[in-house]
Amino acid sequence: MSVLVGKQTKVLFQGITGSAGSFHAGQCIAYGTNVVAGQTPNRGGQLFDGTAPAGPVQVPVFDTVDEAVKKTGANTSCIFVPPLGAADAILEAFDAGIELVVCITEGIPVMDMIKVRRALETSKSKLIGPNCPGIITPGECKIGIMPGHIHMAGKIGVVSKSGTLTYEAVGQLTKLGLGQSTCIGIGGDPAAGLDFIDVLELFNNDPGTEAVIMMGEIGGNAEILAAEWIKANMKKPVAGFIAGVTAPPGKRMGHAGAIISGGKGTAEEKIEALKSAGVKVAPTPADLGTTLQSLL
Amino acid sequence: MNIHEYQGKQIFARYGIPISQGIPAFTVDEAAKAAEKIIADTKSEVVVVKAQIHAGGRGKGGGVKVAKGAAAAKEQAQNILGMQLITPQTRPTGQKVNRLYIEQGQDIKRELYVALVVDRETRRVALMASTEGGMDIEEVAAHTPEKILTQFIDPLLGLAPFQARKVAYALKVGEGTPDPKATVNEFVKLVLALGELFIKEDCSLLEVNPLVITGAGRVVALDAKLNLDENAEARHPEWEALRDVDEEDPVELEAKKTGLSYVSLDGNIGCLVNGAGLAMSTMDIIKHYGGEPANFLDVGGGANKEQVTKAFKMILSSPKVKGIFVNIFGGIMKCDVIADGVVAATKELGLTVPLVVRLEGTNVEQGKEILKNSGLAIQTADDMGDGARKIVAAVKG
Repeated sequence: MSVLVGKQTKVLFQGITGSAGSFHAGQCIAYGTNVVAGQTPNRGGQLFDGTAPAGPVQVPVFDTVDEAVKKTGANTSCIFVPPLGAADAILEAFDAGIELVVCITEGIPVMDMIKVRRALETSKSKLIGPNCPGIITPGECKIGIMPGHIHMAGKIGVVSKSGTLTYEAVGQLTKLGLGQSTCIGIGGDPAAGLDFIDVLELFNNDPGTEAVIMMGEIGGNAEILAAEWIKANMKKPVAGFIAGVTAPPGKRMGHAGAIISGGKGTAEEKIEALKSAGVKVAPTPADLGTTLQSLL
Repeated sequence: MNIHEYQGKQIFARYGIPISQGIPAFTVDEAAKAAEKIIADTKSEVVVVKAQIHAGGRGKGGGVKVAKGAAAAKEQAQNILGMQLITPQTRPTGQKVNRLYIEQGQDIKRELYVALVVDRETRRVALMASTEGGMDIEEVAAHTPEKILTQFIDPLLGLAPFQARKVAYALKVGEGTPDPKATVNEFVKLVLALGELFIKEDCSLLEVNPLVITGAGRVVALDAKLNLDENAEARHPEWEALRDVDEEDPVELEAKKTGLSYVSLDGNIGCLVNGAGLAMSTMDIIKHYGGEPANFLDVGGGANKEQVTKAFKMILSSPKVKGIFVNIFGGIMKCDVIADGVVAATKELGLTVPLVVRLEGTNVEQGKEILKNSGLAIQTADDMGDGARKIVAAVKG
């Protein structure tokens, strides 16, 4: 197990009976993730059928996260609840004592996530996302929507705001024979859970991670704060990339947080900050793997 | 989602925030009638004729004019309505003015700046206030940041009265007014209402520039610039009526209806990508190799064949597009669904420009087969660098 999730992680899928939840729960079970429970209000008592590498499994579905945790010992949850109910689903998971909540949902109102952040301050739980692909420790545990087959177990930590750009990096790394320790998608929303610094710190302290690649984008200043942290604390080599040098100011580029506002949050200033911190920045998104490789 | 000043003020009115008497007008005659009514009601000849466009800096561009009397107001309305208003925040060609707001004049003694914004670093709503009203806040932030006060709202408590008072005294809101205590109280009440509005109405940004103190010591919001959080649209059915299609790119609007994320750009290479980060990176890499992207388009992970077809048609039907790059790394998105959509759209509309397709990820082999068997002139790429170089070369001819 590298960072946060591994073979022993016991996963609950919130929203398991919905179309996205059921599809991805099935995919994660097939990958070998230890899915122990599902939860959807009013569907308690149902069984969810999946096919694990070892054979068919039946996952019990509960009405509440609380009951799911008490009956199965689930310690990590993956949320596929639609936007207007997702923040409440996160809070329910915190309340039930889930240690790590991974929220995939895109489009949660920002005011809701600001409240969730507030709740995080007095909770022992960790949150990844929302609006993210999830987290995967290749070969052990996949929690989210990423295509498992492009990953390979290894020693490179991957952290990114973007889903498909992460797959691009992972695909390139795997082709070069550079496996990944854990890949974490932190999402592109303005108020979210773990940010770059939180994840870099985990990788910094993880004996299974040798080097890190981070992918950021326009909007906000998380990458600049990360650069400062890297300069002061990071003991391992870091490669980086920032998407959106061509993004026009004032326009939301897909992610709620991907917007250059009042001249701030541009790709250029983030690239400069990373370079000053000793991060090797890939010149194009096709060079993510080779840039990391050059550091080893 | 941006809304006009007059719409923002309608929301202000619901929260009891003091605004000038104002009436929207969409024709010169309506403007004249509005001016007459305001003059009669306020017993003052001074009105302000304001262009209603989303972009700021309207005054600088000549879109805000003070007029004495209804005849003068009508003349100004004639000048401003229909003008192509160019401000530092519009496109270089400006924005056509289709709506006006006629407002009572105010006896402005002081101009302040008050705004609420989502602060990403603290993940809180922040209240910002400054004595430098009427000015470009970015200028103030750049040169005299000490003049900007910030208070963070605790989501558990909402904006607290003591926070609003801190700001009131720091800005010396009561100074020089006939009844300083009354003015301070009005300011506090107004700011608390803004704080409540911001959260309840799911705003992303709210600016009152200027917030004025009148000669009589009244506190009035002279402008209202609101930006609403599109993620919250589903719980605000009233927002649909606020949308101004004249301010939106028609293709962007169409894309949104289809459930796609689309932003129009100035170049000639159309892009179709899955995922916002990869889509931005695709624009970036095209530019890196000397091309110019025509658009940002994130087809998302859950797109079906119909949505992909529609997306591809959007790009195909744009006259400025001289080449197309489809860059897909399929996770949830399946490569064969993309290939089906591309082939369907192309067979319907015909393909007259170079097309480069790079597929990777889920069902990549099936996707490649579909493209090969389509009989269409499609260049395939092994990776996104290869794809970008190929399309740039093809467009350059």
